[in-house]
Amino acid sequence: MRERGYWLALAMSRIEKRFAALKAESRAGLIAYLVAGDPDLDTSTKLFEGVAAAGADLIEIGMPFSDPMADGPVIQAGGLRALQNGMTLRKTLALVRHLRARDADTPYVLMGYYNPIYRYGAEAFAEDAAAAGIDGLIIVDLPPEEERELADPAERAGLDLVRLATPTSDEHRLPTIVKRASGFVYYVAIAGITGTRSADADNVHRAVSQLRRFTDLPIAVGFGIKTPEQAAEVAKAADAAVVGTALVDRLAQNLDSAGKPKPGLVDAVLADIAALASGIRTVRK
Amino acid sequence: MQTPNTYRAGPDPDGHFGLYGGRYVAETLMPLVLAVEEAYNAANADPAFKAELDYYLKYYVGRPSPLFLAERLTRHFGGAKIYLKREELNHTGAHKINNVLGQVLLARRMGKRRIIAETGAGQHGVATATACALFDLPCVVYMGATDIARQQPNVFRMKLLGAEVVPVHSGTATLKDALNDALRDWVAHVDDTFYVIGTVAGPHPYPAMVRDFQCVIGDETRSQLHEAEGRLPDTLVACIGGGSNAMGLFHPFLDDPSVRMIGVEAGGSGIATGKHAASLNGGLPGVLHGNRTYLLQDDDGQIIDAHSISAGLDYPGIGPEHSWLNDLGRVEYVSITDREALDAFQLCSKLEGIIPALEPAHALAHVAKIAPALPRDHLLVMNMCGRGDKDIFAVADHLGVKL
Repeated sequence: MRERGYWLALAMSRIEKRFAALKAESRAGLIAYLVAGDPDLDTSTKLFEGVAAAGADLIEIGMPFSDPMADGPVIQAGGLRALQNGMTLRKTLALVRHLRARDADTPYVLMGYYNPIYRYGAEAFAEDAAAAGIDGLIIVDLPPEEERELADPAERAGLDLVRLATPTSDEHRLPTIVKRASGFVYYVAIAGITGTRSADADNVHRAVSQLRRFTDLPIAVGFGIKTPEQAAEVAKAADAAVVGTALVDRLAQNLDSAGKPKPGLVDAVLADIAALASGIRTVRK
Repeated sequence: MQTPNTYRAGPDPDGHFGLYGGRYVAETLMPLVLAVEEAYNAANADPAFKAELDYYLKYYVGRPSPLFLAERLTRHFGGAKIYLKREELNHTGAHKINNVLGQVLLARRMGKRRIIAETGAGQHGVATATACALFDLPCVVYMGATDIARQQPNVFRMKLLGAEVVPVHSGTATLKDALNDALRDWVAHVDDTFYVIGTVAGPHPYPAMVRDFQCVIGDETRSQLHEAEGRLPDTLVACIGGGSNAMGLFHPFLDDPSVRMIGVEAGGSGIATGKHAASLNGGLPGVLHGNRTYLLQDDDGQIIDAHSISAGLDYPGIGPEHSWLNDLGRVEYVSITDREALDAFQLCSKLEGIIPALEPAHALAHVAKIAPALPRDHLLVMNMCGRGDKDIFAVADHLGVKL
C-alpha cells in the first residue's frame, strides 16, 4: 500500500502542490506575468521557456486583447505588439502546449479578458486550455455576477477560476467573491490599472489579513509591485507576489526603434525575474 | 424565440436583456456599479428627483422639443407624412443633455464631486461639461485623439465650459478607446467620481438608466402626435451609434404592435467593404465595455475599428437592449452609407432650413428610401437628434469645399 500522501498529491492540482511546497519552504512565491506573443511569438517562447528556471514559482500568461481596460499603458502596449505580430488565443494555447511539454510542474495561469474566450466558446476553451496544460484562469472583466458560463465549464475541466479581491471589496462584497473561489485568491493591491502606482505595504498587510478571515486559499498580491524590495515587503503578508508591468517594461526597453527585439532582451527580463525571486526568498515565514 | 408579453419590462434584476447586457466590469468597479444601481432605484422612487429633473428639462433644456411637420420633405418624397422630433433644438444642440442632467443630478444625490465622461462627436462631452458648469462640478472628458482632430468646435466648447478634455491615444484613438480610458479613470478614482455614460451601453444599470432618461423623447412624441393627428405614428426612424436617441424614441411605443420601428446604423463605405460602424448588420455578439452585445470583431474576438463619417456613430458596439430587440425582430435595423448621409444632410438643409447633424442625416437618408412608397396618410416620425453646426467643417471637407 502506498502512503496517504502519495494519493493526496495525485489528487492535488499543480497550483495546490506549488503553494504546499512554498509553505514547506516557509516562503512566499513569485508569480511572473508576461504577455503571450510579446513582442513576437519566437521571442516570447524563448522568454517563457526561461521564466521558471529564473525563479518564478507560478507563471501568468497574458492573453492579448484589443481593449484591455484594466491595464495601464505598458501592458496595453505589450498586448498591441503581440496582436500586431499575429498573436491569437489559439496560438497562445499552442504556446502553452509547447511549454507544458518541457515543464510538468510549474502552474500556468491565463490572464485576460472575456471576449476572446466567448468568441472561442467558453466550453471549448476550458477543455482546450486544460488539455494544453493550463491550471487556472484570471478573467478581469468577469465578476461573480457573470462568471457562471465560464466557471461551470472551467470547473468540469479541472481549471481554477481565480477570483479577484480589491481595495473596494468590503466585508459585504468579499463573501460573494470567495464563494466559488479556487486555486488562490488574487488581491489587486491598488484601486487602479496595472503598473500606474505602487502598492502601499501597510494597506496590503491589512487587506490580506482581512481577506484571510473569508478564505483559507492562498493569497497572491499584484498590481503595483515593481522592485525586489516591494516584492519582499508583500511576501511578508501574502503567499505570493505578482509582478507584470515591470517585466513588460523591461522587455519594451530592449526593443529597437523598429520594435524588434535587441539581442539581450531575453536575458534582461530573466535577470529581473531572478532578482525578484531572490528578493522574495529573503523573507522567511 | 418566444415573444414576450411586454417589450418594456427589461432588464431582469441582474441587468440582462435576454442574452445581452449584464455587468462585465473589473471587480474594483463592481461595488460602484451596484451603488449606482441602488441610488438610481431610490431616485426613481422619489418624486422629488423627478420634479427636479423636470424643472431643469423645462427651464434649462427648453423641453418639450417640438414635433415639426416637415412639409417640404413630405412633398419632396411624395409619400408618407414626415414629422421631425426636434431634439436638435435642445440646449447644447442634441438629445444628449436629457440623459446627462439625469445622471448629474443622480451624482449629486450620491455625493459624488467629480464627473467623468467619454465622447465621440463631442455632443455628449459638451452636454456633460454644460451640466457640470451648471452644478459647479469638476468635469473630465475623455476623447479619442482622432475625434479631437475632426471635432475641433466641440473641443473648444467643452474647454469654454470649464471641462478638461483628455486626448486618448491608446488603441485606435476613437470613441471605444475613450470609453476604455474613462473606465480606467473610474477604477483609479473610486471614492469621489461618477461616470456619466453617454449612451444606452455599459454595465447595468446604465443601459436601462440612460434609456429611462431618454424616454422623454418618445413620451412627448406620443402626446404631440396625438394632438396633431389624433393617433399613433405608423413608423419611427432614428439613427444608432450606441443607440440612446433611438431607444428614447422607440421604447414608449414598443408595446404598440402597429408601430413599425427602424434603427439606422452607420454603413460607412458599405457593409461589404468592412469599413462601417454597423454592429447589428455586420457584427457578432461579444463582451465589451461592461455589457454583452453585438460588436464588430474578428474571429479571435479582437475588437475591430468602426468607420463612419459621423464621429457620433463611430462605435463598434451598440446598446444591449437594441441587440435584444434585433434578435426578437421587434425593431428593424438597417444601414446607410457615408455618401447617402451626406446627400440627406444637404437635402434637409435646403428643403427645411434645418442643418442636421451627420448622425440624424443617416436616419433621414433611410426615410428618403422608404417614404416615397408609403401612402400619404402614413405618419412617419424621424428623430432629429442633433444639429449640424459641429459637422460643417467635416462636410465641407468631404464635399471638397475649402472654408
